[in-house]
Amino acid sequence: MTTFTRRIALTAVAAAAFASLPALAAEKVNLGVSIPAATHSFMGGINYWANQAKKDLEKEHKDLKITIKTAANAPEQANQLQDLSTVTKINALVVFPFESAALTKPVAQVKAKGAYVTVVDRGLTDTSAQDAYVAGDNTAFGKIPAEYIVKQLGGKGSVVALRGIATTLDNERMDAFNAVLKGSPDIKLLDAKYANWNRDDAFKVTQDYLTRFKQIDAIWAADDDMAVGVLKAIEQAKRDDIRIIFGGAGAKGMVKTIMDGKDKRIGADVSYSPKFIYDAIKLTAEARLKGEKLPATTIIPSVLITKENAKDFYHPNSPF
Amino acid sequence: MPPELQTSTPQPEAAQHRGESKPRWTERLHGLGPVIGLVLLCIAGTLLNGDFATVDNAMNVLTRTAFIGIIAVGMCFVIISGGIDLSVGSMAALIAGSVIMFINWAGPASGSPLLAVVMGAVLAVVLGALFGLAHGLLITKGRIEPFIVTLGTLGIFRAYLTYFADGGALTLDNELSDLYAPVYYASLAGIPVPVWVFVVVAIVGGVILNRTAYGRYVQAIGSNEQVARYAAVDVDRVKILTYVLLGVCVGIATLLYVPRLGSASPTTGLLWELEAIAAVIVGGTALKGGAGSITGTVVGAVLLSVISNILNLTSIISVYLNAAVQGFVIIIVAFLQRGRR
Repeated sequence: MTTFTRRIALTAVAAAAFASLPALAAEKVNLGVSIPAATHSFMGGINYWANQAKKDLEKEHKDLKITIKTAANAPEQANQLQDLSTVTKINALVVFPFESAALTKPVAQVKAKGAYVTVVDRGLTDTSAQDAYVAGDNTAFGKIPAEYIVKQLGGKGSVVALRGIATTLDNERMDAFNAVLKGSPDIKLLDAKYANWNRDDAFKVTQDYLTRFKQIDAIWAADDDMAVGVLKAIEQAKRDDIRIIFGGAGAKGMVKTIMDGKDKRIGADVSYSPKFIYDAIKLTAEARLKGEKLPATTIIPSVLITKENAKDFYHPNSPF
Repeated sequence: MPPELQTSTPQPEAAQHRGESKPRWTERLHGLGPVIGLVLLCIAGTLLNGDFATVDNAMNVLTRTAFIGIIAVGMCFVIISGGIDLSVGSMAALIAGSVIMFINWAGPASGSPLLAVVMGAVLAVVLGALFGLAHGLLITKGRIEPFIVTLGTLGIFRAYLTYFADGGALTLDNELSDLYAPVYYASLAGIPVPVWVFVVVAIVGGVILNRTAYGRYVQAIGSNEQVARYAAVDVDRVKILTYVLLGVCVGIATLLYVPRLGSASPTTGLLWELEAIAAVIVGGTALKGGAGSITGTVVGAVLLSVISNILNLTSIISVYLNAAVQGFVIIIVAFLQRGRR
């Protein structure tokens, strides 16, 4: 209902702007943002930060208009890209693709119509379809926890890991984690199973890990949502052998725990904040307003969050 | 459990003369398909990892089966009557979210955290019944296909949860969460509470399906709706009640689920509908309706969670193939119990 009316309104605005002010149209930035719908906490954060960027930037720049579209799946996102291009008549696009391969063509079409394209998080299979690429650091996402665990365990112990959903992004993280462990032969990775970035699945997988392995020193939950399920399963089994639980991404609950030192098993986290969509929108909008280009690739670094720097990563208003 | 939970005589007139014609031994064997499958799986599990056959592991598996199992008992009624409900996972998520918001509000507002939790649990069942009633009315009085009605609500329920949760998670306040936790984590005589509830729901479901006039009407409608109508069965009322029953089951499952993590997020209950439907069908109920069994459904639900449990307890198969193993087992078990159609 609201999207419908909004769309009509936008169409009208775009049409009016185009009809009456053809001379000025080139200087204005009509920025489209296409992101996945808030199907889990992380995407909830992406949605929150995208809307935050719209609010902040539109207030700051009069010549900027931001239209945000959320899609539930790849085909819907492809349709929305078409709409953004033909109906909303965007001249800049920030897109967080659902999948790399399926959205390469639709994004290329938007670019062919003259829009400046910034791709976020998941790279396209054909990079000529994008002008700029902004992403989080998935290698560091796996490397930092591995280094932390190795150091805290003194180079000796048993580790189990949870994985997300089988994607290139998940593989990159796991490979980076394994690469670090290779350097410490006395750290044993007992198993790594998929728990789909989901609390309930993490609970079940951890229950079964606890049944199967009598001694576990550290659990790499690989996601702060999954860490919630891990903690509950350990609590239920009343196991006290696990010394380290390492999540990932920097959800506000987890950061708060680290900040307050509430749980001695949770001493650190690695940042992979959905805020990078905010940065991507801001960078793109401001560069286009000045008629400049972005560097081809911008990596938003993932860093270790500890008690010392936790407050920089704590955003109580974000849903994530 | 009553010994005759398996029904193989769906016609109303035949149902009234139960016991006169004994099912052939081949049919009995087919009815045992899921049980044989489960026994074989358990043997395989024990051989692969000795820890599989421990009491703790068995309780873990049964406790996590409880949600899907309880929903599957309700789903069994809907499917036997010839209907389907695709929305149960989303419904569970929305109920969980609503209950959490309610308890968080009622705790401080009523001044009695215990009362808030009890009212929250009651609310879960009431909401489930109301959602079920809405489904039933739309399907019978509104004359919309159950597939379409529940496909619609599948999206509606989850979207509202996501909206309430602002895309993130709804979490129970700490003190209230501790108070509610025993409902999932406590045990009675060594058996976790959710397992007890699961057993009670299954027995009640079995009794309703096999020992009451209502149960026979459900089977009659699924077998031949027109004949049932001629036999003066109030088809609409019976159908609406199957959806209400399922809604109540979802409510019960949710009130057990909430204390587990104390939170609901847009991934809560994802694909529960397919697991519940699979449990019912693997258990020997015909998807086209008419005949089915609660015992089979219970065995089917346990079987599905045993598969993933065994996969987690071993690492002989690549994690990429886990879903394939599940698929193979489902098809093999369905093959074992084929024939009655």
